[in-house]
Amino acid sequence: MSLKEKGAITGVGETAYSRASGKSVLALQLEASLKAIDDAGLTPKDIDGIIAYAPSAVVAEDFITNFGIPDLRFSASTPMGGASCVAAVQCAIAAISAGICNHVLLPIGRNGASGGRIATRVQQMPQFRTIGEFEMPLGAIAPAQLYAPMARRHMELYGTASRHLAEIAVNTRTHALLNGRGMMTKPLTVEEHQNSRMIADPLRLFDCSLESDGGCAIVVSGADRARDMKQRPVIVMGVAEGHPDSPSAITQRPDLTRLGLAKAAPKAFGMAGVTHADIDVAEVYDCFTYIVLCQLEDMGFCKKGEGGDFVMNGTISLDGKLPLNTHGGLLSQAHMAGVNHVIELTRQLRGEAGKAQVKDAEIGVVTGYGDMGDGSIAIMRRG
Amino acid sequence: MTAEAYLKPVPEPTPESKPYWDALNAGRLVLQACGNCGRVRHYPQPLCDACYSFEVRWIEASGKGKVHSWTVAHHAFNPGFKAELPYVLVTVDLDEGVRLQAPLRGLTDKDIRIGLPVRVTFERVKEGLTLPAFVVDGGPT
Repeated sequence: MSLKEKGAITGVGETAYSRASGKSVLALQLEASLKAIDDAGLTPKDIDGIIAYAPSAVVAEDFITNFGIPDLRFSASTPMGGASCVAAVQCAIAAISAGICNHVLLPIGRNGASGGRIATRVQQMPQFRTIGEFEMPLGAIAPAQLYAPMARRHMELYGTASRHLAEIAVNTRTHALLNGRGMMTKPLTVEEHQNSRMIADPLRLFDCSLESDGGCAIVVSGADRARDMKQRPVIVMGVAEGHPDSPSAITQRPDLTRLGLAKAAPKAFGMAGVTHADIDVAEVYDCFTYIVLCQLEDMGFCKKGEGGDFVMNGTISLDGKLPLNTHGGLLSQAHMAGVNHVIELTRQLRGEAGKAQVKDAEIGVVTGYGDMGDGSIAIMRRG
Repeated sequence: MTAEAYLKPVPEPTPESKPYWDALNAGRLVLQACGNCGRVRHYPQPLCDACYSFEVRWIEASGKGKVHSWTVAHHAFNPGFKAELPYVLVTVDLDEGVRLQAPLRGLTDKDIRIGLPVRVTFERVKEGLTLPAFVVDGGPT
């Protein structure tokens, strides 16, 4: 048995994104969830599975309490940082296919700007326990510092340059302006990127994602059931997660330029039965520009080391060969740990992406990336 | 005179890692080797992933290695590091076959390259805590 074509994204919802929501994390998650459930044409009591974002103060029990769910039949978490959401899609479809439940809610909400910042958050995550003992005391505190040696190694081996990373940042900003819901509201130029202050060399300020307040949620249902629901369904053709070698410490990884996604992508493409040429739009987890470049290689859109050249010359623009992060991503829309990437791919495949709509988008890919290199990937199609 | 508050994160040794930190405090770099099959590993962990033995033998590391990659921190994500900006962190292939990440002293990033030979030094940062750092091997001591 495979999960091929077994599940669908049937509802999506998001709150406004800001630097100071003034709301609790639970309220943000409930607000986004109600929108997603309504979008799916369901009521809150129809939700019988929840995969709460981990780590978060919000747990499945909070939704039972606030939604009055009489009999929640499935509760899980997929604690893989930014790879959690797409991995949770796999988990949800597995649970649905096994007959455990029918409609699984995947919520996230955070006060990432007004509350605890990234360096504080990762210290609370068990996935960072090893780093916490052996690297944080030496000065590798935040993801930018932990990931920078991967980017530096890539640059030294393959000639990748900051200018390549700028292309990703500028392109993503352009899309954020079209999307209109993003936190960033002004255009970004290559020069501004190249002149932005260094955070952790070679990563500059505009190579780094935003810190955001807000909430997102999606509803996953069985593909057969989805055909009779409110929205045109978005069918998950293939889905997989992958963990890198030495998942708890990048320092010890044999190949610093190879992420967990390199293991997951062949599985997802194989399950979906499509090739890279079939992909009309890509929503690729973009905590940092370099991580996007590396994932494009690890998915096989180009060879290892060729990501820099691949992203140049309009390839990743809206009318390019592989329109990328059409909502503005974590770099320019909001950091919602990639749930906003799943929302955007769903809208693209429904034909509801507004000014950023990719013409005739029928098949797309979305990825997650988290912790020290965990990866997840889903290939979806218009139902 | 009162000592300034130490703001940086401090390690919390576990039963598996305590010998590593104790050795650093004594000015030595040691690594875990499997007590059964001899495989060297870092960072310390309870089980050998090759033969599943819990037996551990601690070996003296040469402290020498070559730069595998690096970063230069220009932003302090913890106030304890603000005064040191910018600081270089190198990822080093130790001669023993595992890697160690630590600050590189006495060199700016313009002079760093993959393969640069380095050796470990020890920095007593507070009572009961010694951290490793690297200097260029053959460079000034």
